[in-house]
Amino acid sequence: MLRRPAPFRLADLFASLLPKAITVTEQFNNLIAQFWPTTVDGVVKGAIYALIALGYTMVYGVLRLINFAHSEIFMTGSIGALVVVTTLVAPTAGPVTGLGLVGLLLLMAVVSMAASGGMAVLLEQIAYRPLRKHGSSRLAALISAIGASLFLMEFFALVVIPWLFDRGGQGRNQIAMARFLEREEVFTIFGASVSNNDLLILAAALLMMFLLDQLVNRTKIGRGIRATAMDPQTAVLMGVNIDRIVRITFLVGGAMAGIAGMLFLLKYENTRYNIGFILGIKAFTAAVLGGIGNIRGALVGGFVLGLVENYGGAFFGGQWLNVVAFVVLVLVLMFRPTGILGESIQQARA
Amino acid sequence: MNDSIKNGKNSVSSFFDGVRDRWANAPTWQRYTVYVLLFVFALSLPTLPLGPIMSPHVDWPSLLFFPIGVYVLLALGLNIVVGQAGLLDLGFVAFYAIGAYHLAYLGTTFDWNFWVIVPIAILMAAVSGVVLGAPTLRLRGDYLAIVTLGFGEIVRITAMNTEAIGGTNGIPGIPHPPNIEEGPVLFGVEIFKYGLLDSAPYYYLLVVLCALVIILARRWERSRVGRAWSAIREDEDAAEVMGVPTFKFKLLAFAIGAAIGGATGVFWAGKVVSIVPQDFPFILSATILAAVVLGGSGNIPGVMLGAFLVAWLPERFRGLAEWRFMAFGAVLVLMMIFRPEGILPSRQRKAELKEGTGGMGSMGAEVGGPDSGEPVEVAK
Amino acid sequence: MRPRIARFGGALAVGTALTLGLAACGGGSDTPKQDATGGGDAAAPASITVGFVGDLAGDNAAIVIPPRNGAQLAFDEYNAKNPKVKIEFKAYDSKGDASTAANLVKTAIQNDKISALIGPAFSGESQQVQPILEEAKIPSVSPSATRTDLASKGAKYWHRIVANDDVQGPGAAEFAGRAITAKKVFVIDDKSAYGQGLAQAVAKTMGEKGAEVQADSFEATETDFSAAVNKAAAFKPDFVFFGGYYAQGGPLLKQLRDKGVTGRFMSGDGSLHTKFIEGAGAQQAEGTLFSCPCKIAYAFAAKDEKAKTFTETFKTKFQGQLPEIYATEGYDAASTIIKAVEAGNTTPEKINEFIATADFEGLGKHVKYNPNGEIADTNVYIYQVKNGTVEAVGNSKDATLG
Repeated sequence: MLRRPAPFRLADLFASLLPKAITVTEQFNNLIAQFWPTTVDGVVKGAIYALIALGYTMVYGVLRLINFAHSEIFMTGSIGALVVVTTLVAPTAGPVTGLGLVGLLLLMAVVSMAASGGMAVLLEQIAYRPLRKHGSSRLAALISAIGASLFLMEFFALVVIPWLFDRGGQGRNQIAMARFLEREEVFTIFGASVSNNDLLILAAALLMMFLLDQLVNRTKIGRGIRATAMDPQTAVLMGVNIDRIVRITFLVGGAMAGIAGMLFLLKYENTRYNIGFILGIKAFTAAVLGGIGNIRGALVGGFVLGLVENYGGAFFGGQWLNVVAFVVLVLVLMFRPTGILGESIQQARA
Repeated sequence: MNDSIKNGKNSVSSFFDGVRDRWANAPTWQRYTVYVLLFVFALSLPTLPLGPIMSPHVDWPSLLFFPIGVYVLLALGLNIVVGQAGLLDLGFVAFYAIGAYHLAYLGTTFDWNFWVIVPIAILMAAVSGVVLGAPTLRLRGDYLAIVTLGFGEIVRITAMNTEAIGGTNGIPGIPHPPNIEEGPVLFGVEIFKYGLLDSAPYYYLLVVLCALVIILARRWERSRVGRAWSAIREDEDAAEVMGVPTFKFKLLAFAIGAAIGGATGVFWAGKVVSIVPQDFPFILSATILAAVVLGGSGNIPGVMLGAFLVAWLPERFRGLAEWRFMAFGAVLVLMMIFRPEGILPSRQRKAELKEGTGGMGSMGAEVGGPDSGEPVEVAK
Repeated sequence: MRPRIARFGGALAVGTALTLGLAACGGGSDTPKQDATGGGDAAAPASITVGFVGDLAGDNAAIVIPPRNGAQLAFDEYNAKNPKVKIEFKAYDSKGDASTAANLVKTAIQNDKISALIGPAFSGESQQVQPILEEAKIPSVSPSATRTDLASKGAKYWHRIVANDDVQGPGAAEFAGRAITAKKVFVIDDKSAYGQGLAQAVAKTMGEKGAEVQADSFEATETDFSAAVNKAAAFKPDFVFFGGYYAQGGPLLKQLRDKGVTGRFMSGDGSLHTKFIEGAGAQQAEGTLFSCPCKIAYAFAAKDEKAKTFTETFKTKFQGQLPEIYATEGYDAASTIIKAVEAGNTTPEKINEFIATADFEGLGKHVKYNPNGEIADTNVYIYQVKNGTVEAVGNSKDATLG
């Protein structure tokens, strides 16, 4: 009755564990042949990871909390940007150019930042602040975050997406964005084509990171954030309004996730209710990789993760991509237990 | 401080405290009578006419086996890691998968008897716990969380990409525990007839396993090991200074938790006939963790209650269709706001929570709240 | 004072124990023995229940709701004729999860006493549900589970109304070999039980035909397919086949085209959905080919009068929804059971016996099952995106691209 698998041979098991072990040279050739395109993709993907990772790392730095619902904040941003496009651009309108394009992109950025930032602040107010006031354990806060994440995902699938995009009961399907920015090759590096879209995403991400770095390291608000992260008790004594700082941290981290959501939409041109789930885990991995709590660490971690998993995918095959990402994480933590750049916001300054 | 407010808010807790005092002071024979009664009650659940009330949408004995029984056992296992030793594990599902895959692979390839595979699978799950723990347990809490999460994903994806264990098709034709024909009949169920339609015999296996796990867990909790765990949970540095070999005990907690997870996986796979890698998603780890914290991390009855609720509520309210998961998320948030220590917290944990953070460390920036009560310890 | 209270408590406890124990035993013996097989009763009941199990609210619901609706339509039409034995149709949502599907099927069998089952929709679910149906002796007809090895387990009560992946894969490959004359083939799958099987079948047949084949996979949860896309771009294939679902297929095609992979794109039944065109963008999707062992009514509407009528009826009944993929199969699966009931078979055993001998012209195909539960009809149809909608090209055996 039962189909019996082939008789057991240890060699088979190992052979399948190391896929195509014999063809290592071929795999290397693959990797070499695809090296530069893979690098370009890895950098662009890494920029998006890094932007999301910033939110994790800032909240962690200040609250010592893994904000599990950050992935849904990212999703909110992508939905916000999509609403702008579907409202302003007819699906068949073709490419938008000139000032119209600049205006559209800026509006997308503003809306997605507002949506995500607002959602982050709301989340802090409802799901985290009461726990913080009780002095609850971080475990309780983590569960609250998981609950909030689940709630938001389902809320978007059942209520928000059907309402915004008029899709009846089908809020779980992905929603595609009409292409309004024609992709053109701007230049090539060693044969790898770099499109205007890639450049736009990278430039926007770097600009946002630069602005954030300035905010944290050069302004009074940033000083408050760093002080709170370093020692909340002393910060209070020094006149820092902790509640306000926490709110600002969530707002800024959320806004970064919002921009990431918009850039994600520009690159992949679709989104759905659970889009943040896997990206959130990846971005959190990136934050830990760089040294959680450390803003520049999140940047480094994002780019490293984006590149490493792409190379791994090219070498071992796409299905091993996530395994490569997590194995690299474990290895890095074994040799540098606090991540590549070490933890804590204040260290980033040195 | 403002004790009156606290008391008012926790009148429910003080009722439970009373019950608990009575319980703690009751003579041994009374307590054992209740234990036995509870055990009998658990055994009688599938045949009690509860189906229409407890589970109008899904076959009640099936529901008792999965998800309820499986979740309860997994939660008991995770409780040792999270609740006792205070290690945040987000990849617990990996051990469950390892147990299940051992049964599936050994059972279909070598035709070994279910009962022969059980100890092997449990042992291998424990070993994998050590293998994962040895390099990572020196990491601090949150790093451990992401590494265990990664481990869970690595196990799942590797299973998916490894054709020798079925790859993405998983393994069909997993053997059931051997039947005893014409075996004893309890509550109208042939308790050793492991067929496909009646889930009750499998559920009985889980109940017995559960009882074993509870007995062992209680004994560990009250032994030197348990005291070492709570020392580690409270303050690892202090424990180390006092001469507790923290790494060894953390590894032990990991191995024991993994063994329980693996055992659950074996018994689950012994029923379901076929397994696929998608049966072991990350969200299951998160759900079990939620069950542990919701019920009262560190307290066995609490953890079981939490797992029961997490498993049962979404199935009970299938009638609400898709809305039930949204409601579940909201319930988690609300519970953590109004009762962060869980529904039935352990006494010790409650005391710890009152003093400080209950072991896992508190969130940062917690000063300045209106009811944080105690003045902040500045010296640290 | 204390000891007395304690003793009282003890007595109470023992009393409760006895009561509970008795209650438990009583409950046990009172429970009527459930007759899952339905027995061989000659008297026909006034109505029987037929179940449907599949992902109705999960991520792939868009390809399971159409067959549900197709079956619903068939049963409604039947009941409207005021037959002797009415058929109640009850759908259970598994969210695509195999364990949930297994629990639901048990419920359907033991609580709702279904006489037959349409589904489970997916192969993973079918794998777990199949032995349960076998033990309970409930016949099933799946409208969409195509994994090959499901039929190799000797199940007597399990049937499917679509041809398996080992039929579809070579069918698709044969067509591609003839109509496109592909020399360099790149095959991508999503690591799902369905997608991988189909992609491997295509890769095998194309390889046997002498084409140079490369392959890559990704996980269905991914949104960035650059590893596979870059590999394809380096290989420069003239034919790309994707085994997987529309949710990934659409964006994958878009990313391939952006990287300058210009080869003809083809996919299987899992991607054959209007959402695919939306996800890829109408411009990129134009010309995409699909294979399916199914007849999609609206795509055939121009060629086939029956398909046209069905499309119209379906749209009227379900608020303008198109009869997407497997709606026809859902309808035909339901027709199989309706024919059985019309012939006077109302018990699961009898219905199963009838299915084994069923032989009639269905909406999409000739309905006749092999002893292993497979459908005898092994036609694979080719579809193509033209002007933003899916149109039928024809049977894979003789279809050519115009």
